[in-house]
Amino acid sequence: MSAADWRKAMNSGATSQAWPRPGRADVRAGTPAPRPRVDEGRASAPPWLVSIGRRVRPAHVIVLAALIAYPWVASPFFTFQIGAQSLALGLIALSLTFLAGYGGMVSLAQMTVAGIAGYAVAIFGASGTNEVSLGWPWWLAVVLALPFAMLAAIVIGWLSVRTEGIYTIMITLAIGVAFYYLVLQNYAVFNGFQGFQRVLAPRVFGVAWGDAVPFYYLALFWALAGYAAVIWVVRTPFGIALQGIRDNPRRMATLGFHVTAHRVAAYALAGAIAAVGGVLMVWYNGLISPGSVGTTALINVLIVSVLGGLRHPIGPFVGALAFVLLQNFAIDLFDRERFNLVIGTVFLLIVLFSPDGLLGWWARLAAHWPAGGARVRSRSGP
Amino acid sequence: MSRTWAWIAGGLVAAPVAAFAAWALATNAKLFLITALNGFTLGALYFLVASGFTLVFGLMRNVNLAHGSLYLLGGYLGFEIGDRTGSWLLALVAGFVAAALFGLLLQTAVFRFMPGQDLRQTLVTIALAIMLADVMLWQWGGQIYQFDPPRVIFGGTPLPLIDRYPTYRLVVLALAIALGVLLWAFLNRTRVGMMIRAGVDDRAMLAAAGVNVHFVFAVTFAIGAGLAGLGGVVGGTALSIAPGEDTRYLLASLMVVIVGGMGSVVGAGLGAALIGMAEQFGLAYAPTYGIVFMFVVLVLVLAFRPQGLLGRRA
Repeated sequence: MSAADWRKAMNSGATSQAWPRPGRADVRAGTPAPRPRVDEGRASAPPWLVSIGRRVRPAHVIVLAALIAYPWVASPFFTFQIGAQSLALGLIALSLTFLAGYGGMVSLAQMTVAGIAGYAVAIFGASGTNEVSLGWPWWLAVVLALPFAMLAAIVIGWLSVRTEGIYTIMITLAIGVAFYYLVLQNYAVFNGFQGFQRVLAPRVFGVAWGDAVPFYYLALFWALAGYAAVIWVVRTPFGIALQGIRDNPRRMATLGFHVTAHRVAAYALAGAIAAVGGVLMVWYNGLISPGSVGTTALINVLIVSVLGGLRHPIGPFVGALAFVLLQNFAIDLFDRERFNLVIGTVFLLIVLFSPDGLLGWWARLAAHWPAGGARVRSRSGP
Repeated sequence: MSRTWAWIAGGLVAAPVAAFAAWALATNAKLFLITALNGFTLGALYFLVASGFTLVFGLMRNVNLAHGSLYLLGGYLGFEIGDRTGSWLLALVAGFVAAALFGLLLQTAVFRFMPGQDLRQTLVTIALAIMLADVMLWQWGGQIYQFDPPRVIFGGTPLPLIDRYPTYRLVVLALAIALGVLLWAFLNRTRVGMMIRAGVDDRAMLAAAGVNVHFVFAVTFAIGAGLAGLGGVVGGTALSIAPGEDTRYLLASLMVVIVGGMGSVVGAGLGAALIGMAEQFGLAYAPTYGIVFMFVVLVLVLAFRPQGLLGRRA
């Protein structure tokens, strides 16, 4: 989605009027033009590998190499607190970027979905509160947590897609805050205010996955998987239909697409991504409590997504990195107590002056260099 | 949905509710009546806060997620004034005026420059809510503040079947009803009210008719924000003023307008009563699942009437 498109998306009315657009194929507005299949015949590799190979650029290889090499040059603090946390938080924010950027649905309940996965891991698995936790093996807890979170995401999606635009934000916020009060007040299942302490990453194949470097790689693996999944899905027929629905639901319905089903499916996929992020998050923190799914946490996910930029799946990771850096080093600039004021101001400035987030600034900066600018401009959409 | 189906759906909802009411009345009538009154009076408080929210939304399509912050701001500033002057009524006025002025500032300094961009407005209000919450925490700290209302309204009132019921809660109920009537009269019987209603229906046409839309918007925003500030003093007297209350009343306002229908003041009254009832009955009969009852109301309404009970399709 180009900057202009995002601005249009920002302008879209709750009245869900179709955006004034000329009568060309809107569906393709945010997706690359279909590529001619010339090299399929001569390539000996399977088509999916060729398709990946075609998209990989030097920049991708450099970034990937840097990400893999990062723990060797960085201190454990930077590996764990900055690197791994950014990746896990970015993964949760990625689910929102997918929903908002490609589906046009801004859901504030993504942290709730992640929190449900985290709570499920703590409840089914082992924790410091063994009276409430069931103490099942970690893999069973994780295997149960993911469908639980996805189911919750589907329910949230089904409820919120009944309404549009601005109503979605309100309803998902209401659902998210309602879940917060539920876990806060309920002791039988969610252990109330205390939540669950000592929810630790397991030890598998002799590797303690909770340690800084293994956890970093675990988070990196899932972040890459989520990133690749989004990149892939938005190019499938489903993803293209979803973008069509974002641009003009009425027209897509007329074309015979089941708008609600596509939207709920998008919620389910985003829920799966958020759930993985939620499991990583609970292992990262080693605990889960109502604060993990409170209003601040819900809104932080939105801040991370918007801060990074909603037009590309790399946005949430950029946003998460900026957010985590700010969280850790705002203390040196200001009082630690005033972190919310700092992040609120940064968020306000971004929303007011750069609707594309940090990615938008990057694109503007790159436009000043002729070569870089040309590449950014020729790049076809998200 | 045909009329028959509406009756069937209504019956499906009403039957368990009626059955529960009969059971509760038979086993413990006093608890039931107190809970019902609590629900009504809490709903009255919610109505005070949510009516401003729904008014602003109805006219400007602006989801002001800083509405809870306005509630808290009105409460804190009202407390300061009440503390200095010793007058609760002045605190009430101060809460209204402070929040109204702040709302006016928001409208003229921020929202005027982004008309119709509702996602952006929402994000801006979220950012403002975060900043305001932090500034208020900075200024007033984490402690709990309580108002000192006149003795007349703070005792108990004997009611039939219930020995004594806090007078203040009845005052809140009366205040909400009076305010609802006033708001109705303002919207239906005055010139500005007529402009606001016209703006809800068709903003562009109102502007074309020569009305200064910015003025109408500013008035509406000020009233909506002022009602939240008034709610801050009223709610702060009933319970207390503390950090985190902003989220609570934002959630209540959201629930109320989703259930009642956006932009409808009568809907806000209905939604507030339902949500207040659901919360109080949940607290009384299933303490740790209280919030689930509110959620069930929300789900039922969304399932059968996505636009809210009295809302119109956007």
